[in-house]
Amino acid sequence: MPTYYTKDHEWIAVDGDTGTVGITDYAQSQLGDITYVDLPSPGATIGKGDAPCVVDSVKAASDVYAPVSGTVTEVNEALGDAPELVNGEAETGGWLFRLTLSNPSELDGLMDRAAYEAYVAGL
Amino acid sequence: MSAESDSIDSADEAPLEPETLPLDAWHRARSARMVPFAGYWMPVQYEGIIAEHLWTREHAGLFDVSHMGQLYISGEGVEAALEAVLPIDLATLKPYAPRYSLLLDANGGVLDDLMVTRWETGLYLVVNGATKWDDIAHLREHLPDEVTINHLADSALIALQGPEAVTALARLTTGETALEALTFMKGSTFKLAGVDAWISRSGYTGEDGFEISIPADAAAAVCDALCAQPEVKPIGLGARDSLRLEAGLPLYGHDLSPETDPVEAGLTFAINKRRKAEGGFPGADRVLAALAAGPARRRVGLTLEGRMAAREGASVLAGDAVIGTVTSGGFSPSLNHPIAMAYVDAAHAAEGTDLTIDMRGKRLPARVVPLPFVPHRYHR
Repeated sequence: MPTYYTKDHEWIAVDGDTGTVGITDYAQSQLGDITYVDLPSPGATIGKGDAPCVVDSVKAASDVYAPVSGTVTEVNEALGDAPELVNGEAETGGWLFRLTLSNPSELDGLMDRAAYEAYVAGL
Repeated sequence: MSAESDSIDSADEAPLEPETLPLDAWHRARSARMVPFAGYWMPVQYEGIIAEHLWTREHAGLFDVSHMGQLYISGEGVEAALEAVLPIDLATLKPYAPRYSLLLDANGGVLDDLMVTRWETGLYLVVNGATKWDDIAHLREHLPDEVTINHLADSALIALQGPEAVTALARLTTGETALEALTFMKGSTFKLAGVDAWISRSGYTGEDGFEISIPADAAAAVCDALCAQPEVKPIGLGARDSLRLEAGLPLYGHDLSPETDPVEAGLTFAINKRRKAEGGFPGADRVLAALAAGPARRRVGLTLEGRMAAREGASVLAGDAVIGTVTSGGFSPSLNHPIAMAYVDAAHAAEGTDLTIDMRGKRLPARVVPLPFVPHRYHR
């Protein structure tokens, strides 16, 4: 399943026309202890660059931007009781929401793993 | 992803390249995440804010607060001169007993909050890091030429806080009096790990603990000795902020500013009895009038339902009317729910009042509660 990354530290794993979105391990390490995740509602239509999701850490609230446009199909309900999953499993079990891509060509502007790692190394 | 509100990383960030403090390398060697704060690189966290916060509440946390300004003020007429800029009664200030005070402007607005201690021949002040240069300029302007202001820039300032702080510190301390004999808001000089130290039993976490001034060039060795004690871990600014919020203690630049006066801030204890009667401090007319009539708004504590935290700047509502603003807010690691401090109209400041907070269009239910959120455990 190809995974793409943004300069704002979101990832999106794409399977057909479905994408799973989360924040990267680098992002969670910068945020520190995550205490709450405000998730979008299934059915919501979001545009690339919108902020449908907020991650609260002890010290800050951070927007999560949509890497691509689409319609939200599912959110990670496990985060309600265990927001710290985003710290422990940012790029697996700590995923945030799934969406149906409305414009898959938007993926072309995102980074692959190697490019993202080089980008983070330069920060 | 981007931080939208961040009281630690950005709000206090100086426009210039931050300077380094005496313990900079010491923090980096312990893998602290360093951030710009009050013009300096400061450790925001080591292992994580929640773990550090809970460690301090259960054991002892070591904080580097060397960004704060340590001033020594002496010379002929120093007492009268300081009483002209602070609402303090120095006649009742016993030696070596720190007292909380406020630097006020001509309107009674708060320029800074600070600790004042009488030493043998002068007064020792500890002021906030972000305001220290303005404070020094303000004091130079308002104190007569006979009064000398020494900025003790060669001294580091650390704090050891938590219920096991006294055990750990006593093991390393010798002095004319035993460390354990100090009570809350009393201080003395000691040898700490062989180093001359001014130690007061005070702090900013609500816990028993100590604030310690030591020569900057000995600070790393003292911190090594302290962290070799099993009770002690280094703690970053992130947990310092969550601890002081739970303790209901205001943070300058957030809960206090030139736009707030001491009465609405709930700090009338800092206007000492004689000064309430006599006035003669900056902004006395306005402050004493607010004291007599009651303030138009009050600093209150709010507990929130749910897990989403309210942040500084969020509006507080009664029904659909905006009646206040959050000045500090975050998740409480000790209570496991969000808490906040806010200024709200006096009519809505009573304990138990149900309000809502507008966070990004969401209405978060909140209730006015007494401060502190977590009981103080000072050694009185």
